[in-house]
Amino acid sequence: MRRRAVVTGLGVISPVGNNVDDFWNNIVSGVSGIDWVKAFESDGYPSRVAGEVKNFDPTAYMDRKEARRTSRFIQFAVASSGDAVADSRLSEDLLRSEKVAVIYGVGMGGMDFLEAQHCVLLEKGPQRVSPFMIPMSIPNMAAGTLAVKYGCTGKNLTIVTACAASTNAIGEAMKMIRNGEADLVISGGSESTVTPLSFAGFGSMTALSKSPPEKASRPFDKNRDGFVIAEGSATLIIEELEHAKKRNAPIYAEILGYGTSDDATHITAPDTNGRGAIASMRSALEDADIEAGMVDYINAHGTSTPLNDVVETRAIKTVFGKETPPSISSTKSMHGHALGAAGAIEAVATILAMNNGWVPPTINYETPDPECDLNYTPNKAIKKSINYALSNSFGFGGHNATLIFRNFAE
Amino acid sequence: MEEKVKEIIAEQLGLELEEIKLDSRFVEDLGADSLDLVDLVMKLEDEFEVSIDDEKASNLRTVKDALNFIEKLSRAV
Repeated sequence: MRRRAVVTGLGVISPVGNNVDDFWNNIVSGVSGIDWVKAFESDGYPSRVAGEVKNFDPTAYMDRKEARRTSRFIQFAVASSGDAVADSRLSEDLLRSEKVAVIYGVGMGGMDFLEAQHCVLLEKGPQRVSPFMIPMSIPNMAAGTLAVKYGCTGKNLTIVTACAASTNAIGEAMKMIRNGEADLVISGGSESTVTPLSFAGFGSMTALSKSPPEKASRPFDKNRDGFVIAEGSATLIIEELEHAKKRNAPIYAEILGYGTSDDATHITAPDTNGRGAIASMRSALEDADIEAGMVDYINAHGTSTPLNDVVETRAIKTVFGKETPPSISSTKSMHGHALGAAGAIEAVATILAMNNGWVPPTINYETPDPECDLNYTPNKAIKKSINYALSNSFGFGGHNATLIFRNFAE
Repeated sequence: MEEKVKEIIAEQLGLELEEIKLDSRFVEDLGADSLDLVDLVMKLEDEFEVSIDDEKASNLRTVKDALNFIEKLSRAV
């Protein structure tokens, strides 16, 4: 019998809440976490809006010294994983094991510290660059820090597939559970790229919304004009089913299927017919051994860029064929696009949608786009029993990843 | 100067000021690792406008060592 992977703990730090309850209450109520950029003076930048994490005090999660030696994306990971570990009622002894892995998704890493240290280099010279410049910048240091914190000596990997990173991480974690490489995986993603260089770079690509905060993230709307950079982290405790049952862990969902592919067409633009997205969704459905028509909810990648939303729509239509696609929403309309952390944050949203029986809305949806003509759950959540849910993430580099969750049943 | 040095050490190592004694050893008593020590030396250099070469820096084992060293350098200027 195949080993099954279930989710037994959740933690989230996001622009719409720094714990699971606040996050869900805001998501289901259609509350936006997008505002003008606060982290730096954004005069003259092409986009000036962001989904920033608010009221985050790292010393609530770590001592002052650790807070000094870690950058923001690492602190977010420590915070969300701390909540997930507590939620899962895991003991310290259980985590100190070679059968416990950490598989995390990060897009960029500690750009905030890297940029600040580059200024130090230019202004004061190489002798003044911090000895923490490297460990606070490299993207694998969220996973590395979690291993040190919890004593997990098993496989420790960071997946860097841009905006698909943490969906890939969760999928690979599920595969590790299935094939017996681990009994438990601390998985998810973290990102903190509300920085000048990040805004300048994405801005030069004309990928970012230039609209005011309340209208900036409007996936699938005809007048969408780009994505909104967000930050945050989510951690999922992924565990082998029998292992979870033996310790009476809470079980939120089963990870039933995982698919991943690459467009192999362009470094940043998606294939216009969505061939990679189609392949990703199809392989996830095959892996889950369910028909497309059984899916009750799709948490779309839905970035609010002109190109993504139309391509994703086309891909969904192709995958569903004659079947009418189910309720779709992009929760990025509320929390923005947290790049490498997006998939993990949306996995949490998807699982909570199943557990609570509500489809969260796509807010700021006003003007239908003839090229995006599916049911995106505009503006108001709808009550719906969700047994199977699908979540997409796509990233620069042509990366595509899809997860299928089942509301847990024996 | 002693008070200022202790303050910087406390801040850098995330400790309370009262925990920093003159005979405290950075590694054994104050929990510093090699990265903390490099960072600490940089902060002391900035604060007191002195330059401590790497070899000398690696000989600073206690708070008193650091204080004596900085006092000597400051007087030399």
